[in-house]
Amino acid sequence: MNDVLKLLEQDARLTPADIAKATGRTVADVDAIIKQATDDKILLGYHAHINWDKADVEECWALIGVKATPQRDVGFDTMAERISRFPETRAVYLVTGDFDLAVMVVGRTMQEVADFVSRRLYSVDGVRGTNSFFIMRRYKEQGEFLGIDQSAQRLPFAP
Amino acid sequence: MSRDGGPGVQGQTYRISQRVQQIPASGIRKFFDLLASMDGVISLGVGEPDFVTPWSIRDAAIEAITHGDTHYTSNFGTPELRRAISHHLEKLYGVQYDPLSEILVTVGVSEAMDLAMRALLDPGDEVLVPEPTYVSYNPCAVLAGATPVGVPTYMEHDFRLQAADVERAITPATQLLVLGYPNNPTGAVLSRADMTAIGEVARRHDLMVVSDEIYDRLGYDGEHTCFASLPGMQPRTILLGGFSKAYAMTGWRIGYAAGPAPVIEAMMKVHQYVTMCAPTMSQAAAVEALANGEHEVQDMVEQYNYRRRFIVSSFNQMGLTCFEPRGAFYSFPSIRSTGLTSEAFAQGLLREEKVAVVPGSAFGASGEGFVRACYATSLDQIKEAMDRIARFTAHHRGPE
Repeated sequence: MNDVLKLLEQDARLTPADIAKATGRTVADVDAIIKQATDDKILLGYHAHINWDKADVEECWALIGVKATPQRDVGFDTMAERISRFPETRAVYLVTGDFDLAVMVVGRTMQEVADFVSRRLYSVDGVRGTNSFFIMRRYKEQGEFLGIDQSAQRLPFAP
Repeated sequence: MSRDGGPGVQGQTYRISQRVQQIPASGIRKFFDLLASMDGVISLGVGEPDFVTPWSIRDAAIEAITHGDTHYTSNFGTPELRRAISHHLEKLYGVQYDPLSEILVTVGVSEAMDLAMRALLDPGDEVLVPEPTYVSYNPCAVLAGATPVGVPTYMEHDFRLQAADVERAITPATQLLVLGYPNNPTGAVLSRADMTAIGEVARRHDLMVVSDEIYDRLGYDGEHTCFASLPGMQPRTILLGGFSKAYAMTGWRIGYAAGPAPVIEAMMKVHQYVTMCAPTMSQAAAVEALANGEHEVQDMVEQYNYRRRFIVSSFNQMGLTCFEPRGAFYSFPSIRSTGLTSEAFAQGLLREEKVAVVPGSAFGASGEGFVRACYATSLDQIKEAMDRIARFTAHHRGPE
């Protein structure tokens, strides 16, 4: 199954027929694997990876470190789930170190992100404090370089 | 312009040596010129990885430069690298080479092949070269004053060299057998049984063997057999290996030869006068590759394997019969069903559909009727190229 998933992760536009060719599986086999992985919530979606900076769309991203008090029996789970439900959050992790949760937040402006942190995030039960790291420039995301020149060329013919 | 002894600059004529005149010009030169005037070409004509050298390896070279490792090294190569190569060969293939006297670091396998031929051959000697062949073997033999003798391989045998064909080509003048497996241009590999039979022929006729194993790590069907690891073969084998293909390090120009001390010593003698030593920073990078590159090798092989299956299956689907290449990163489909020569096929494909492949005839007479299509290119590009080739072949269905 992992060969099919790896190929899809690299290029979600590959058709089941393409994947069958590349893996040596039958198309029916690939179809079945994709269906099973989707049902099992292993395969979560298909996305284009876009550099919005270059598309002149203004967005403000910030990584928020959250200090919190764990709750009896559930620890940080209930809190993390509540935070995750805000559409402004793009990623939520339980982390080691000086903070308990790391939350990636996106808004249209810095003000919007600041408002979200102070009004929404802070009011979640158990949150004791936050530290905001606003993203100033992106170099690499999801394994792709942004704004770093990768244009080295090969000769078209070589022995 | 003066070439091969024609009229030259301002009436001056130049006498180019017979030896160099004997070497044919590269068969792919004219494609370069054609390609220079075109846009949107997908090239399957390359002979190198599309991956950039893994960062940790590049970083090691930068570190070496920062430290001022900018001097000559020992003619043999740095002791550190020779030890690493010795260790690597023992670990992978169980062959033992003394890092001090049996390993020579070279400017790629290209140089190592030249050195081996010069060290082992005299005028009048014959060298057996399996065909289709990598383009440098015959010229190296000619430059060493020897005569290359082609031993054809056939698609019916998956382009595996047959011991009987080797034996048939042997004359009293035969000194050396060149092996290049996994093979460029066919992608063929030899089984252990094939190699054992060939080794037996070499033993019977007392031939030396130069085994170019630059593609050893790019195998898709079981472990590579190192020719020198066969019983009794190490004393008559010069093993050539390198970093270009496994670690995507083509531009670093770094390879090695491993063999009996007297031959390595003789090769070093030529090497010290011709190149002095392999680039120092490339040697530092190679040490890092052997120490920490394994994970990246595995990742690249996995990617090549997806592409390999895709390209072979695509060629067969469009009626260009393609045997399954089990090594390197080349496919070698037959284009006979089109009725075109491999040269006409490659030229037409480039002109009409802007896909570059190398005509099989560039690799010797037995490559006629085939083209070499390299799959060291993204799956995306391969997909598009296959659509274009299918369209081209549909327009050129020859009489069969």
